[in-house]
Amino acid sequence: MRGISVFEKARERRLENRRYKERLKEVKHRMKAGERFSYLMGRLRDFLMSIGFLGPSFLGVIVFFIAPFGVVVYYSLIKSSLDDEFVGLLNYQKLLENNTFLTACKNTATFSAVAVPLAVILALVLALLLEARIPMKSQFRTFFLSPMMVPVASVVLIWQVIFSENGVLNDFTAMFGADKIDWLKSDYAQLVVVVLFLWKNLGYNMILFMSALANIPTELLEVADVEGASPLYKFFAIKLRYLSPTVLFVTILSLINSFKVFREVYLLAGNYPYEALYTLQHFMNNTFRSLDYQKLSSAAVILAGVMVVIIAILFIVEDVFGKDVEG
Amino acid sequence: MKKKRIVGRFIVFITCLIFAVAFLLPTVLTVTNSFMTESEIESNYGQVFGTVRAGKTYIAEKVNLKFIPDKVSFSQYITVLLKSPDYLLKFWNSVILVVPITLLQLVIASVAAYGFTRWRGKIRAAIFFFYVILMLMPYQVTLVPNYIVSDFLGILYTRSAIILPGAFAPFSVFLLTKYMRRIPVSLIEAAKLDGASEFYIFFRVCLPQCRAALYSIALLVFIDYWNMVEQPLVLLKDETQQPLSVYLSSINAGEVGLAFAVATIYMVPTLLLFLHGEDYLVEGIAHQGSVKG
Repeated sequence: MRGISVFEKARERRLENRRYKERLKEVKHRMKAGERFSYLMGRLRDFLMSIGFLGPSFLGVIVFFIAPFGVVVYYSLIKSSLDDEFVGLLNYQKLLENNTFLTACKNTATFSAVAVPLAVILALVLALLLEARIPMKSQFRTFFLSPMMVPVASVVLIWQVIFSENGVLNDFTAMFGADKIDWLKSDYAQLVVVVLFLWKNLGYNMILFMSALANIPTELLEVADVEGASPLYKFFAIKLRYLSPTVLFVTILSLINSFKVFREVYLLAGNYPYEALYTLQHFMNNTFRSLDYQKLSSAAVILAGVMVVIIAILFIVEDVFGKDVEG
Repeated sequence: MKKKRIVGRFIVFITCLIFAVAFLLPTVLTVTNSFMTESEIESNYGQVFGTVRAGKTYIAEKVNLKFIPDKVSFSQYITVLLKSPDYLLKFWNSVILVVPITLLQLVIASVAAYGFTRWRGKIRAAIFFFYVILMLMPYQVTLVPNYIVSDFLGILYTRSAIILPGAFAPFSVFLLTKYMRRIPVSLIEAAKLDGASEFYIFFRVCLPQCRAALYSIALLVFIDYWNMVEQPLVLLKDETQQPLSVYLSSINAGEVGLAFAVATIYMVPTLLLFLHGEDYLVEGIAHQGSVKG
């Protein structure tokens, strides 16, 4: 066993696909003129049908996202909103020399680089823990999901109660003789936000992993048991392979959510927080307030570009690891 | 051997319990504190927020994180629900923003997802890839385009400026397409052989299979927009149109005494949806699998 069957299955499927395509080509080749016409009409009808179904959504996406994004690109290339002289990449150059922007980039990147892997790994650990035969399983599931319901503002309220200078955490650390610190204005500020992010997102990620774990074919695990595989081996050789698409999915979801944590930071610390908390989103919001379209547009284009690169990397990773276990 | 296993299970249980308590704490805190009187809250948290007018109320030396009120009182609720209509108005503002977004997004997305499922080809694959990228764009990137297009269409500073882009958001198209592709092709083909039209297949064969997915996506979209802060801040100017999610944060600054009651009321719709559909939530996202089309 040991996963070989999985590879074989995938190869078989690929071969079958190829055979099917060849057969299709042959059939098309032998068609008479009339048959070919009706075949083409069928294709045309299918095409129109698909436009009918996809149309509304695609139209909206074009109007509300793509077309205005074109305008954004245009704005990023001109001198100012009033003077539409083409300046090439000057706006980008200015932006990349802007210290605030660079700080914001650095902070956002560090936050995502720490928070996203943690959110994935801890969620997986929780899901594996809940696989054990313990009482109150479904209650635990609900408890872990409960942070999704709490409105952002109350989250912020409670976080302030815990982490502010006169907060609960300082009372607690004072028992060990530590000095009072305003956690949100210290070097630990990012850590506080990471905790908040994890608290909010772990539950949902965990659910995704739990359902993926439930979908692993039990025969495979049973065979491993019979052959005396250790739990660790079972995890890395079997479970993780089957989970890899989910790992990717959760990573992407967490990445999206890591950009949303700005809401909380904004409400916790306002427009100009402690430097370690000043993220790209603050930069965008503040620039938006001053209506500097050129700065804003070039920042948006750069951010979009970075996202495309990250997504492309994730897709390639999926291609390498995920293909043979699908289906 | 057996004993060892039971000990192991016990450790796992305790770990889960600790995590669960930590996760549940803020929720419980919000709810129980909503039954305190305003003065009790102000004296408990006055140190943090400094809301208490000098001399008027007793402030505890330290912050008091209390779960059980000294005296259960509904005074916060009475103030919020009966005395100041402001909160109810904002609550209604939230409802008329979020409900249309959720419903419209589901309708548009399920139609589009069917399109992506039923017909495949290189162009449609490219479009789908585009949706994925768009879905992953942080809000701060789409904010500027949003602003520009609302200005162009003349809907800036109206509710449509938030509702329309929300209705076309690609997130649920993506999730639904992933789900629909799991429906056995044979089912659709059988319906087709029986002479069913595409619309019939869509409504009668495809959608009923997706009930769990639709519910879980509706829940996710609802929660996401129910808590929106950035969009209304930028796209709505009029204070009276702001949803409660934005207003709630300004309460924190002024009247902490009321904050917990308002937050609890605000949690009610989500809670109801949640309790009603938790199993759907698990089932509906169970088959996400790979990200690509």
